[in-house]
Amino acid sequence: MSDSVLSLRDFTVSFPTLYGTVRAVRGLSLDVNPGEFVGVVGESGSGKSVTFLGMMGLLPKSAIVGGSAKINGEELVGASNRKMRSVRGQKISMIFQDPLSALNPVHRIGAQIEEMLGAHQSLSRQESERRVIELLDIVGIPQPDQRARQFPHEFSGGMRQRVMIAMAIANNPELLIADEPTTALDVTVQAQILEVLERIRQELDTAIVLITHDLGIVARVVDRVEVMYAGRAVERATVANLFDTPSHPYTVGLMRSLPALGRERLEPIPGSPPNMLEPPPGCAFAPRCAHAQAACSAEIPDLREGRSGLTACIRSHELQLEVGTRG
Amino acid sequence: MADTLLQVEGLVKEFDVRRNLGIRSQKLKVQAVSNVSFSVDSGETLGLVGESGSGKTTLGRCVLRLLEPTAGSIVFKGQEIVGLSSDGLRALRRDMQIVFQDPFASLDPKRTVQAAIAEPLEIQRVGGDHPQRVRELLELVGLSPDHARRYPHEFSGGQRQRIGIARALALNPSLLILDEPVSALDVSIQAQVLNLLGELQTELNLAYMFIAHDLSVVRHTSDRIAVMYLGKIVELGDSETIYENPAHPYTHALLSAVPVPDPEVERARQRIVLTGDVPSPINPPSGCRFHTRCPIAQDRCRTEEPAMRTVTGGQSVACHFPLEPGVTLVELAGRAAASA
Repeated sequence: MSDSVLSLRDFTVSFPTLYGTVRAVRGLSLDVNPGEFVGVVGESGSGKSVTFLGMMGLLPKSAIVGGSAKINGEELVGASNRKMRSVRGQKISMIFQDPLSALNPVHRIGAQIEEMLGAHQSLSRQESERRVIELLDIVGIPQPDQRARQFPHEFSGGMRQRVMIAMAIANNPELLIADEPTTALDVTVQAQILEVLERIRQELDTAIVLITHDLGIVARVVDRVEVMYAGRAVERATVANLFDTPSHPYTVGLMRSLPALGRERLEPIPGSPPNMLEPPPGCAFAPRCAHAQAACSAEIPDLREGRSGLTACIRSHELQLEVGTRG
Repeated sequence: MADTLLQVEGLVKEFDVRRNLGIRSQKLKVQAVSNVSFSVDSGETLGLVGESGSGKTTLGRCVLRLLEPTAGSIVFKGQEIVGLSSDGLRALRRDMQIVFQDPFASLDPKRTVQAAIAEPLEIQRVGGDHPQRVRELLELVGLSPDHARRYPHEFSGGQRQRIGIARALALNPSLLILDEPVSALDVSIQAQVLNLLGELQTELNLAYMFIAHDLSVVRHTSDRIAVMYLGKIVELGDSETIYENPAHPYTHALLSAVPVPDPEVERARQRIVLTGDVPSPINPPSGCRFHTRCPIAQDRCRTEEPAMRTVTGGQSVACHFPLEPGVTLVELAGRAAASA
């Protein structure tokens, strides 16, 4: 597909360490279409954040990034710093879990957003001030003209995250990557931030990738889901299909681990995620999977047709996977 | 009826804070916990939910007397523990233990698991074969007895939390305060620890005070639930009633904000999104503390503080206009907006 905004092919990220090479992302291919809201789900260490940090050139120099990552057909892997600076903030923006550490405490909010505008556009003083107020208004900050003159410490956690979103959309990027944007926030504030993201997608038609570990958030806002495990995509489906007919045992395991009505006893996934210094051969989930056979460890399974959507399980057609009670 | 293990009446905890006003500074008091009353029966789980700043952690620490309450009474097993001497406190802590949220910060990296779990036995001068007791405890929490010789860095987050639980159980307490015990863990590991806590409760007849911000976890684990907002309990009742028919508008809004892992339910749901943030506890709103964010607040809410009272369904609620069972906040807010 050439019309996708973002296209990753066999994307890899490795970190050399004293103990060997940690293979954090091991051949990930995915596409994000214009205006699409994609959820990337996985547990800690699944490679979900590292993938996008690597693509943006935001990892330490020691990280080895391979494969291909294209934004509108332009290759980012191996691109010059100068090229990356023009991409970051203009074509792709990213927001993070902790908005306070991303804001400069000694500069006014308005000035920080203007800096972002100035990096990619040439606007007059008045134009850029007007645009700041407009942006703060889009993300739902009341009295934007006064708030623009305040400092980060005068904002609550939810308001700071709104500021980050305003900054991220300042140059009308085609893709917004939101890495656990609500994890540090209370649920009532989380609901507000999710509404802001939905509004941006609708009104500005920005494609959004939402990285999260929370299946509830995924169910609420995204169109399509990529489930990651041990540095690879294990399932890809529309959100409705994913919850109706999950076709990878790991996805089912995640759902069964969640407390739900009528679920007296939780059914956790046994064991713990693999050590990425030496990932298991073949399917990385096989050591924890109740359905694993010898064939599962023979070679790394690619995504294939599942019950609805794509799955990286070679046995998905024989298995009758059931989640049981739904939340 | 099980016996009451813990009875808390009118508990208040104030902290001194300073506000800088240029060269001068102003002394202020924050009421982190404000006139809170509840009880815990032996063998039951009381869930304590609330957003950050609601006072739930402070409340847990006051019950253990890790913090000194400013006023109020805490009766544990028939004994008043506010004002207890340090000798009395040491005896008390055999019976009351805490498991902390962060399994990385709550274990000393330089001490073996053996030393960490045996420490309470040494502090309490409990005799007997400590290494044997540690092995038993490790098995009880689903770890291998051989793990006793290892150091914390050799364990994953879930395993460390199991070590923290083993340490808390070393003295055979009857009440465990679980302060966000699973919020630092991934869901698949979280489920393992929640199941373990459930098994231990049945096996050892433990009572839990389960402090958490994750409402679906609290519903799964708790017999009764107390919902806190800005230092006060606003609603208290058995967990099914609270979840099915919340009477306080805050409980209702909080529940509707929790994402449910089911896209059909999620997208069909009518949701009340509360505007704004939790106000500062330094200067809490007058009257009902929730009135600034409540979609159905009226004049009375701004001036008169609602007392806790029992409503149909057996739950207690601190609201002048509690919701009737079956009526949703969305409808009420719609009606209020129409008449305004």
